[in-house]
Amino acid sequence: MIDVINLRKSFGDTEVLKGIDITINKGDIVAVIGPSGSGKSTFLRCLNCMEDPSGGNIIFNGVDIADMSVNINVHRRHMGMVFQHFNLFNNKTVLQNIMMAPVYLRCQDLKKAKRKNSRTRFGNLFRGGNAKELLPVTQTNEQIKSEVREQAMELLRRISLEDKADVYPSTLSGGQKQRIAIVRSLAMDPDVILFDEPTSALDPEMVGEVLELMKQLAGDGMTMVVVTHEMGFAREVANRVVFMDEGQIKEEGDPEEFFGNPREPRLREFLSKIL
Amino acid sequence: MGNFEQKVNKFIEIFLEQGGYVKVIEGLRNTLTIAVAGLIIGILIGTVIATVRVLPKYKVLPRVMNGICSFYVALFRGTPMVVQLLVFYYVLLPIIGWRITGVQVAMLVFGLNSGAYISEIMRSGIQSVDSGQMEAGRAVGLSFGVSMVKIVIPQAVKNILPTLGNEFISLIKETSVVSFVGAADLYVAFNYIGSNSYEFMVPYLVMALIYIVLVLLISLLVKLMERSLKKSDRRN
Repeated sequence: MIDVINLRKSFGDTEVLKGIDITINKGDIVAVIGPSGSGKSTFLRCLNCMEDPSGGNIIFNGVDIADMSVNINVHRRHMGMVFQHFNLFNNKTVLQNIMMAPVYLRCQDLKKAKRKNSRTRFGNLFRGGNAKELLPVTQTNEQIKSEVREQAMELLRRISLEDKADVYPSTLSGGQKQRIAIVRSLAMDPDVILFDEPTSALDPEMVGEVLELMKQLAGDGMTMVVVTHEMGFAREVANRVVFMDEGQIKEEGDPEEFFGNPREPRLREFLSKIL
Repeated sequence: MGNFEQKVNKFIEIFLEQGGYVKVIEGLRNTLTIAVAGLIIGILIGTVIATVRVLPKYKVLPRVMNGICSFYVALFRGTPMVVQLLVFYYVLLPIIGWRITGVQVAMLVFGLNSGAYISEIMRSGIQSVDSGQMEAGRAVGLSFGVSMVKIVIPQAVKNILPTLGNEFISLIKETSVVSFVGAADLYVAFNYIGSNSYEFMVPYLVMALIYIVLVLLISLLVKLMERSLKKSDRRN
């Protein structure tokens, strides 16, 4: 699903990623671990071009999104992202946070389709017998809105926060915010979700609820790339673990072997410090 | 104080009986029109300039636009409002052959001028919003412009509302120079009353009072707006 080929990234003169190659398949749960400064967050942020890669290719669903000429916004819809600091929209209620992007983008698509259709209809006047087909326009803006609202409430029920639908994010706890941020990206129905240290800014007490939701997603077969310091999560839930150091992937494997029998000395040192 | 009483009576006479109040109402209307129009045009221009100035700058087009905006801001902040009014009214408009009234020129110039100031206010407002907000918007597939308009700018405006109120207040007060281009504002109205009675003390005192009341009303309005915008950060 995602093919990363020789991905490089520099900030000024500092080279942060020195050629990353990895393939992420549908249904993979990849945990990325490593010491701070190893470039793991930068790697994740390059995957959806939040940082523009300095070199290499990222083939996502057959399109090289590292190419600056592609419209990245279209591809980001299929790539959810969850941040360390949640980044819920502060000026929107919880429900608006979840609904905003799907409603806006689908209404926008509808508008474009209608516009295209009116052009086609005008063109058809001159095409005679072989008229072009129109794009299907089946919904109105209101229907889209109520449909998305229904989905959003469903998602909120799933994390049992439906009573918080109309409050502003500032009134929520960190764990609640992060779970809402996760369902916000789920509302776009993405192919893959990128998690950038989703539990690092949380109280220890709240880490559990967020990890529980992530486990559920994993159980549903969602493709996930998770930068994390939660070794328990990496070991239990991930089916692949990647160790990054100094801008390179130093070791990669299934969790059993990765934690049971690490080959790389740097990884052994890293694990001995944190386990 | 018999003398003062006399002056007040004279003022009241001219104000009520010789149509002075018509002039004052017209002046008040012009003053408010110019200030409000200036603020609205200023906010529009200021927001656009501020957005251009925070655009990522590794392409050529944003850099060129940034240069143009810097020049604009330097130009309008570097010259007094009176000079700008005079230049527009007596130099630029005759050259391009536009025939508009003094009030319209004043609205235009006040808009362009406050646009330069508001762009700086707005830029600091935009920069005060956590960069994560923009990132989150981009991450769900919204474009830079949409994230800006729907997420960042509303939060920026909330942060800068007191400063915007200040800008509006100074616009109201600065309208007192528009008589340079023949627009009849409050000053012109009271000056008329004063010259008709050869007595300026009371008219100018009343004029000062009206300005103070206007400014206090605006401060109150800003406070109310601030309170209603605060609802997203109050814990309830």
